Amino acid sequence: MPQPGFFTRAFRLYYDGFREMTIGRTLWLIIAIKLFVIFAVLKVFFFPNFLKEHSPSGHEADFVATELAERAYIQEPSSAAPQP
Amino acid sequence: MNILSIDPAAIDWARAQFALTAIYHWLFVPLTLGLAVIMGIMETCYYRTGRPFWRHAARFWQRLFGINFAMGVATGIILEFEFGTNWSNYSWFVGDIFGAPLAIEGIVAFFMESTFVAVMYFGWDKVSKGFHLASTWLTGLGATISAWWILVANAWMQHPVGCEFNPETMRNEMTSFADVAFSPFAIDKFCHTVTSAWIIGAVFVVGVSAWYLLQRREAEHELAMQSIKIGAIVGLIASILAAVTGDESAYRVAKVQPMKLAAMEALYNGGNDVSLTGIAAVNPFSQPDYENQREAPMRVAVPYGLSILATRTLHGFVPGVNDLLNGYTRPDGTIEPSAEQKMERGRMAITALAAYREAKASGNEAEATAQAAILKQHFPYFGYGYIKDRSELVPFIPINFWAFRIMVGFGTLFILFFALVLFLMRKRKASPTPFPRWLLWLAIALIPCAYIASECGWLVAEFGRQPWTIQDMLPVGASVSDIGSAAVATTFFLFLALFTAMLCVEINIMLKQIKKGPEL
Repeated sequence: MPQPGFFTRAFRLYYDGFREMTIGRTLWLIIAIKLFVIFAVLKVFFFPNFLKEHSPSGHEADFVATELAERAYIQEPSSAAPQP
Repeated sequence: MNILSIDPAAIDWARAQFALTAIYHWLFVPLTLGLAVIMGIMETCYYRTGRPFWRHAARFWQRLFGINFAMGVATGIILEFEFGTNWSNYSWFVGDIFGAPLAIEGIVAFFMESTFVAVMYFGWDKVSKGFHLASTWLTGLGATISAWWILVANAWMQHPVGCEFNPETMRNEMTSFADVAFSPFAIDKFCHTVTSAWIIGAVFVVGVSAWYLLQRREAEHELAMQSIKIGAIVGLIASILAAVTGDESAYRVAKVQPMKLAAMEALYNGGNDVSLTGIAAVNPFSQPDYENQREAPMRVAVPYGLSILATRTLHGFVPGVNDLLNGYTRPDGTIEPSAEQKMERGRMAITALAAYREAKASGNEAEATAQAAILKQHFPYFGYGYIKDRSELVPFIPINFWAFRIMVGFGTLFILFFALVLFLMRKRKASPTPFPRWLLWLAIALIPCAYIASECGWLVAEFGRQPWTIQDMLPVGASVSDIGSAAVATTFFLFLALFTAMLCVEINIMLKQIKKGPEL
């Protein structure tokens, strides 16, 4: 009988491995729940990209420049960077 | 508007949330790195001897490695979410310097670890012994390389090198990848962090094995004895290496973050022939009166110790907190400016940046060029322009002082412990149980101590560089997004609940597997 090819053997390695898992099933379930919570809940509802929400695309540098200029302790108000 | 217009609670919550996430993530990483070495050694024993015992032993520790790996995976991603939401100014400002190492880390972690982890778990009897052994070692190597890139990013924040600030894009741009990737600060940090991770792996293996001996479980006796032997050898070597790399790290900190060293040592007033503080009565809950106290009360110190540690000479000059605030003349004759001088130069840099951008926007190239030159001249002190009072430049001394001592204290204890274990194993070679029961209990008790020591190392590294997110360049108050503290506080408690639940699940699964033992 001819030796199966590399891809067939690689597929079988993973297929048999996943099928024969014991504690691994529980761990994969935990990983799946964790990834769901991280990407589908936390990222979507709690961690928006602040710069994307507060500055037009391509004007992030202007936004950050304004932020950094305004937060400094300058005795006389400095001329802030141009607004986006 | 200035930094005071940012809700101080938002800064504190953002810092607390980042610390919580990083500390939680760091519970998993060191055990992964440490167990990888030990299971690699055990499988190498199997490869060389062919004894089935070593195969069972390697598989047992691989199973615990897998539980830890599964629980830790993706917990670091949350840190990247926090960069984008809570630390948007910082994220933009660091530019590709931070992006490149993190991207490499992600690619290496994903491809290397996921490929070889699969072969390690699924490949027994399906691939050759040699290939399987290589996969086991490469799994550990992949995790270690991942740690390298993360630590490169962290080291850059502590000591920014290989970059130039572009006022046009408002980002730091990489001028030398090699300088960033192989900065001496990064190398020291990597060596110290990885060796400390090996200690955790070793303490864990010895502690779990000690529990089997305490339970007098005959089936696991050989596993316990051999694991203690390998764990203690790895642990002793790692502990000594951690001491050596820790000394080198402290030397590096003295050069580029002298305020951190002064805080670690509660050194208020520096000088020549400075002694190394062993212990002192530093109130753990309040900032000491460093301006008026000559030194910390009830100080017990090693003569010349700090001068040797910081300068590698017996009589070397080490600046204290007040020297760094007031300015001083270095032994080579150069002058370290005072806090006020640095703050003034920082404000000049920020003003020049704003003027540069205004000139650019109005098309006045000559003015823009002139302002860019001023910015470049004062940029090394850019971050000081956000400091209102010199006291903000002093990190919270008690946490640095005590965290450093806890880390070093446990590190010394680990050297003694591993040396004693190996000594008893050698001396009582003929005895089936060469260890007294108190030593076995101590081995179990040292497991949480190893984690505490490791986390204390991070506390020193991160609290010691306050108020900076990027040393001298950007303080936390300028890095944070202008967001409400309530939103960050909400996610903080959300994480606290989530992380606590996940940690309970992991400990539960881990304990069940330990009780079950290897499937012989």
